[in-house]
Amino acid sequence: MLEVRGLRAGYGAVEVLRGIDLSVGRGEIVAVLGANGVGKTTLNMALSGVLPATSGTITFDGVALGASASMAVDAGLVHVPEGRKIFPNMSVRENLELGSYRRGAKNRARNLENVFDTFPRLRERAVQAAGTLSGGEQQMLAIGRGMMAEPKLLILDEPSLGLSPLLVEEMFSLVRRLNADGLPIMLVEQNVVQSLEIAARAYIIENGTVTMSGTSVEISANPELKRAYLGL
Amino acid sequence: MFSPIIIIEAMINGLLTGAIYALVALGLTLVYGVLHIINFAHGATLAAAMFAVWGLNAGFGIDPYVAIVIVTPVFFALGYGLQRFVIGPAAHGDDGNILLITLGLSILIENALLASFGSDTRSIPSDFAFSVVEAGPFLLSSAKLVGAVGSLVVAILFWLLMTRTDTGKAIRAVAREKLGARLVGINVGHVYAVTFGLGCAALGVAACLLMPTFYVNPRIGGAFVNIAFTVVVLGGMGSVPGAVAGGLIIGVVESVSGLLLGESLGQIGIFIIFILVLLLRPTGLFGARV
Repeated sequence: MLEVRGLRAGYGAVEVLRGIDLSVGRGEIVAVLGANGVGKTTLNMALSGVLPATSGTITFDGVALGASASMAVDAGLVHVPEGRKIFPNMSVRENLELGSYRRGAKNRARNLENVFDTFPRLRERAVQAAGTLSGGEQQMLAIGRGMMAEPKLLILDEPSLGLSPLLVEEMFSLVRRLNADGLPIMLVEQNVVQSLEIAARAYIIENGTVTMSGTSVEISANPELKRAYLGL
Repeated sequence: MFSPIIIIEAMINGLLTGAIYALVALGLTLVYGVLHIINFAHGATLAAAMFAVWGLNAGFGIDPYVAIVIVTPVFFALGYGLQRFVIGPAAHGDDGNILLITLGLSILIENALLASFGSDTRSIPSDFAFSVVEAGPFLLSSAKLVGAVGSLVVAILFWLLMTRTDTGKAIRAVAREKLGARLVGINVGHVYAVTFGLGCAALGVAACLLMPTFYVNPRIGGAFVNIAFTVVVLGGMGSVPGAVAGGLIIGVVESVSGLLLGESLGQIGIFIIFILVLLLRPTGLFGARV
């Protein structure tokens, strides 16, 4: 589904990604894990075409991506960013409508109902300005906005960030639910334990390169990882 | 003192003029609200649009009101192209550069107009300029009435565009959350250019509504833009409803203080309001963006 080969990218003279290789298959949840500042968000920005890669290839569903952000959306690669990046001045409904600005506009009404069914809270607050929502509701809105584009692959960047432990639980079960319908998800997280619980495979990124990859079971059992991330 | 009839008539006249001020301010506030830049070429663009209306009349005998259907799309396209291919690329993402570029553009446009048309003041000869409508005890200029109605129609169309269409929603999205907008597939460069084009299109309409009663020379834009800045600050930088309310208020203040203090001192009222707003409510009446 998504194939990334030798991806390099950065900001000005600073190279953040130093050759990333990874792949996401059909129907999979793949976790991309790593501490703060290892390049996870930069990777997402490069995948969604917001940040141009300096070298390497991104192939999605047989199409070469990376030239522009609208190209990624057109192809169905939808990125729900860290920090939600919803439109605070606009209503919840308008935020969702803009999710289908480029893709899925034809089925807008139907998809809107689906999102409202998945997140009844958003239906209650449909006419409220998105900036007045709580953090958890904003995260739901960001994911709902992504769903409006009828994604073929969803990239979720730190969906659990800033949520209460209860909501974090809810978020992870939501990711599992979205995936149950066959939607492949690339879950980019700092929350290693819970991500490994729901992911089929995982990549560990350190300093702009993949240092470890494998099934979640293998990764969880790795003594190196246990020491570094789980403090065991 | 003046009779109430005269004062009320002055206020109505002020509202009519104020609607045009609002129209001129609309583009300025929209561009500020979305691109977060002050377009210093706004006045020069208005002057160019007025010359275009004058030229269409002098050269082809086209009525200024009919010219709306020509001048508006042409100025939309000009504004779009200017932002997409000149201002955007030359700015390299730095707002300070944009400031200088629009300032340079205003000098360029004014001098190009000066070179082509000279510094003479021109107007479109028409009987319509002197026609009046009787409304009860009041005598209102027909051209001003048409101008005010036209301006309000444009303001309503703007509002519908911004709230009812995907393009308008994309503009509002870009105004506050550029990264989020890019991630839903909105082309930010395109939206910037559309916004700039809309600002110029509003000036095109304003020029058509003004020319039946107003004169044009290459420096005419300055007079309107000084007022438009006051309108934008009064209404709240970036607020479209603010521009309309601000325009109407400024129109009334100018007209009434002109009546009470004399035409030459009349503008003092505008600047007293300007200072008061800055002192008491620096965010303006509608201090939210777009």
